[in-house]
Amino acid sequence: MSGLDFLTTRLEMALGWGRKYSLFHYPFITACCGMEYMSAACAHFDIDRFGAGLTRFSPRQADLLLVVGTVTHKLAPVLKTVYDQMLEPKWVIAFGACAVSGGIYQNYAVVQGIDRIIPVDVYIPGCPPRPETVLDGLMKLQDKIQHQKQDWRWAGKP
Amino acid sequence: MGRETLIDEIRTKLGDAVESVSESYGDDVLAVRPGFLRSLMVALRAAPFDYAVLLDLTCVDFTAGEGRFELVYHLYSLSRNVRLRLKTSLPAADPVADSITGLWKNADWLEREVFDMFGVRFTGHPDLRRLLTYEGFEGHPLRKSYPWRLAQPRIPMKDKV
Repeated sequence: MSGLDFLTTRLEMALGWGRKYSLFHYPFITACCGMEYMSAACAHFDIDRFGAGLTRFSPRQADLLLVVGTVTHKLAPVLKTVYDQMLEPKWVIAFGACAVSGGIYQNYAVVQGIDRIIPVDVYIPGCPPRPETVLDGLMKLQDKIQHQKQDWRWAGKP
Repeated sequence: MGRETLIDEIRTKLGDAVESVSESYGDDVLAVRPGFLRSLMVALRAAPFDYAVLLDLTCVDFTAGEGRFELVYHLYSLSRNVRLRLKTSLPAADPVADSITGLWKNADWLEREVFDMFGVRFTGHPDLRRLLTYEGFEGHPLRKSYPWRLAQPRIPMKDKV
């Protein structure tokens, strides 16, 4: 049995390695943080170096949801739907102060952090965060993916 | 037409509608009696005043008193390169004003916004629905009486841990 356990651990590691370097992301961009997302995504900072360069504009093809900017109560059902449409395994990054906590807005209109609607893996603070901060957050997510229990449901395991 | 003659013209032609004339930040300001708003606008839109552009239409909530809501209109004349500001007070209990969508098309959404945010109704508006908030939203958020943090979520929200 111990030999099989060893194999399982190696496969988990390989899966984690594959998943953390092939993040297809869906940018849910609503506000000024989008500018910082653009500079993080383009050639100067280049998130493609970390394997997250492939932007998908359909949630069904994405496994990383980037919530970039303010989410209002009017928009909340849309964000929830987009998250529900993503296939597992999936991860969420709250990008910028507004997505993290509502930021400077505390009023009738703005959701006080997207974790009130959907689960969040990594919070990137800043108003807006610098691209270096974004890359740091991305690497933290990769670390999390590498070390988390991998989803084995396709192999018949829970 | 110079500025003085213009004001004189407005005074003589539309004297009933105008409560007072003043000046603020280089623009003339007319205080208008509420009932005369539409007829005054019709006259200002036509020659010789020729205010072809409605720059803005908004509202202020002054909280206290009879004239609680104040509608503010900004007009601009392309041919004469002058601006004009009009203000009119509306009662707190039932703020209603005449719609000017027939004169300026862009008044449509501006009036819908004022309706949404302040609850001022515009008679004669073709489609007076909320513009910025969503269906099912109760109250008017820019009224001073609206609790400023009162959110009205459309989907269940988890509380912060």
